[in-house]
Amino acid sequence: MNDIVPPAALTAASYKSAYKPIWCPGCGDYSVLSSVTKALAKVQVPPHDVVVVSGIGCSSRIPAYTSCYGFHGVHGRALAAGTGLKVARPELTVLVAGGDGDGYSIGGNHFLHACRRNVDITYIVMDNHVYGMTKGQASPTTEPDWDSKLSPGGTGIRSFHPLVIALASGANFVARAFAGDPNGTAETIAAGIRHPGFSFIEILSPCVTFRPDQREWKQYAHPAPVAPTDDPARAARRIMTDDGFNIGILYAGDRKPYPAHRGDGKGTPAELETEFEL
Amino acid sequence: MSPATKKRGSAAKPAAGKALHAASATKPRSLPGSKAGASGPSPKARRSLDEFMAQAWAMEMDAAQRYSDFADAMETHNNLEVAAMFRTMAQYENRHALQILAEMGWTEPPVAPGSGFAWPSFEAPETAPIDEVHYLMQPWHALQLALAAEERAERFFGELAHAATNESVRRAARELQAEEREHVALVKAWIKKVPKPDPDWAHDFDPARYTD
Repeated sequence: MNDIVPPAALTAASYKSAYKPIWCPGCGDYSVLSSVTKALAKVQVPPHDVVVVSGIGCSSRIPAYTSCYGFHGVHGRALAAGTGLKVARPELTVLVAGGDGDGYSIGGNHFLHACRRNVDITYIVMDNHVYGMTKGQASPTTEPDWDSKLSPGGTGIRSFHPLVIALASGANFVARAFAGDPNGTAETIAAGIRHPGFSFIEILSPCVTFRPDQREWKQYAHPAPVAPTDDPARAARRIMTDDGFNIGILYAGDRKPYPAHRGDGKGTPAELETEFEL
Repeated sequence: MSPATKKRGSAAKPAAGKALHAASATKPRSLPGSKAGASGPSPKARRSLDEFMAQAWAMEMDAAQRYSDFADAMETHNNLEVAAMFRTMAQYENRHALQILAEMGWTEPPVAPGSGFAWPSFEAPETAPIDEVHYLMQPWHALQLALAAEERAERFFGELAHAATNESVRRAARELQAEEREHVALVKAWIKKVPKPDPDWAHDFDPARYTD
């Protein structure tokens, strides 16, 4: 008789850590965390083969709330760390996560070049159009007329458009999701993980503390009425002309990912060091 | 729910909450085709019933997960009274989900269809919206959330029963609708036992937000 018991399927709970999030109650990031764990359960990659890399900000606390390996890095440099990790350890599933300030402002340049390089990682941006952790400053995606004591009358500065920037820079998978749709977001994240190359997923994640007006997002968000396209020009037109609340995969390209590290990854630190000797 | 309070209400009486669980735990449904059911439906009808009950199970699980997340958030923000209430609600929803598994004779959780379950909106009807909590909320608010969730679930099953073309599914939907109706009544009774918050319940002398 065969006594070998097949391993139990991984569930969303398999990817949660014992740490409780310290986000404000009502924050969309709770929902995104739930979506990330559900997505990982869908792709069934063991937690020890997943690394969640982040920068700085409320949303960048997410690695600690998963049971995966994590790297809570330097402000704006999550993509640099995640890219290096994936190139060195291509067998790992690398998720990079953060917010709009971390990703589009401090890390804006890394964002462009991560899209361009097309390394096989998934970048999740929890976009709430504000710097929440530092108490409500305008971020790159803040509307120009958003009035606050910190920017009376609004900044008057045109908002950054991450989806079209990602597309123009070469991201191979571009999607928009909404924290109020955790199951749909999980599907999108799973699709992004499975898709080869750089997958960019912008998640509208309301900040109920500094942007309580964003509670209205759930009235605006709606599934994209058309299927994903692999035509960047068509995708760009859709993204540039939609209402900003089109939820779903908007572009899925077939560009070849950046080749992984050629080495076998088995070198000792001493052997690796010799490669860098001057 | 609009934000609002400084005073915490007195402890919520759990009696009605216990009844919320007891109402469903002590009155097993006799779903057609389920273990407790009497008749044996056709394979097609059985498949439809399985799919329907899998969706009902998913609804309970999603609701439990959300309440659990709320409980975690409230514990982190030292609102322990409301945290305990959400934890209790999560336990009820978990028990309801287990009850479905038992009634259907399932030893493993059902698998969702590839495209996921279809809901009237983004989330399952019994799931409380993620953004409708506040760190100063009181038991009354938590119960209002639960009431709204149970009412949505009751409507959902009612609409399904109305639209079902399969008799087994229609009967099961009606059973579940009746159960949700009981929960609505029980939550309403529970609400009467907790103090209604003052109008300024969300006032914080040391607010996180200073941009207003």
